Amino acid sequence: MTARVRAADVAVGTELPERVYTVTRADLVRYAGASGDFNPIHWSDRVATSVGLPGVIAHGMLTMGLAGRAVSDWAGDPAALAEYQVRFGRPVVVPDDDTGAEVTVRGRVAALLDEGRVRVDLTVTSGGEKVLSLARAVVRLG
Amino acid sequence: MALDAGLVGRSYPPSAVYEVGRVAIAQFAAALGSTDPVHLDPDAARAAGHPDVIAPPTFAIALTLSAAGVVVADPDVDLDYSRVVHGEQRFVHHRPIRAGDRLIATPTIEAVRSVAGNDLLTTRVDVATEDGEPVCAATSMLVARGAA
Repeated sequence: MTARVRAADVAVGTELPERVYTVTRADLVRYAGASGDFNPIHWSDRVATSVGLPGVIAHGMLTMGLAGRAVSDWAGDPAALAEYQVRFGRPVVVPDDDTGAEVTVRGRVAALLDEGRVRVDLTVTSGGEKVLSLARAVVRLG
Repeated sequence: MALDAGLVGRSYPPSAVYEVGRVAIAQFAAALGSTDPVHLDPDAARAAGHPDVIAPPTFAIALTLSAAGVVVADPDVDLDYSRVVHGEQRFVHHRPIRAGDRLIATPTIEAVRSVAGNDLLTTRVDVATEDGEPVCAATSMLVARGAA
């Protein structure tokens, strides 16, 4: 139940490996079913455009989940994320094609806390634009 | 129109019990593309020190979203849901959610604000086992965009 990365091995500025995730319409359907969020802006272009969006957008919580996965995979333990928060800045528009949208997650250790915990600040972009802001996690390292 | 500041601190009755299943955890992990065996394989989860498979850190939204919906449905909460977007989300975990958990979600309005014609509603949902063990707190900020 301990992370693979040890607190002693990181310093302020330590970077997490960059991760790039692809999000397709099929991924949105899968996430809708798994999360119970069936808001039609995540599957209907008709509804999405009627409320002023450019088209179907990813669930913000899917983007948050993917960025959380990047942190869990780095730490080697999903139980290590003690706190995790984001602000949803800009939507991830997901085209109805086989390519989908790309979500890129970068992270760096921003602070060393007590009891082997560190704060990781995340930069999450899609199409070169920041989609999450104030995205940060408190991670319990081994 | 602005939300009533008197709503801050209002609590709602605890939800019905949400029983966490292994399949629900596996499906949520798959939806995030995660193949970490602690989400999928009870033996791997036990080897890592957990009683059963554990959920990804954002899984709580599956039960806290509907709990926060109870707040939005409160007739005193004057929020135009057709104009609502998810502004912020925060989780504080006391321990991972795991298969077999019987969870209860209790929402409380933490803050209401009006910024540039938008109404902001912050709801904290406390998640505990039915025996009262705290599991996590999920705080959601919803933004109702002004009609202007």
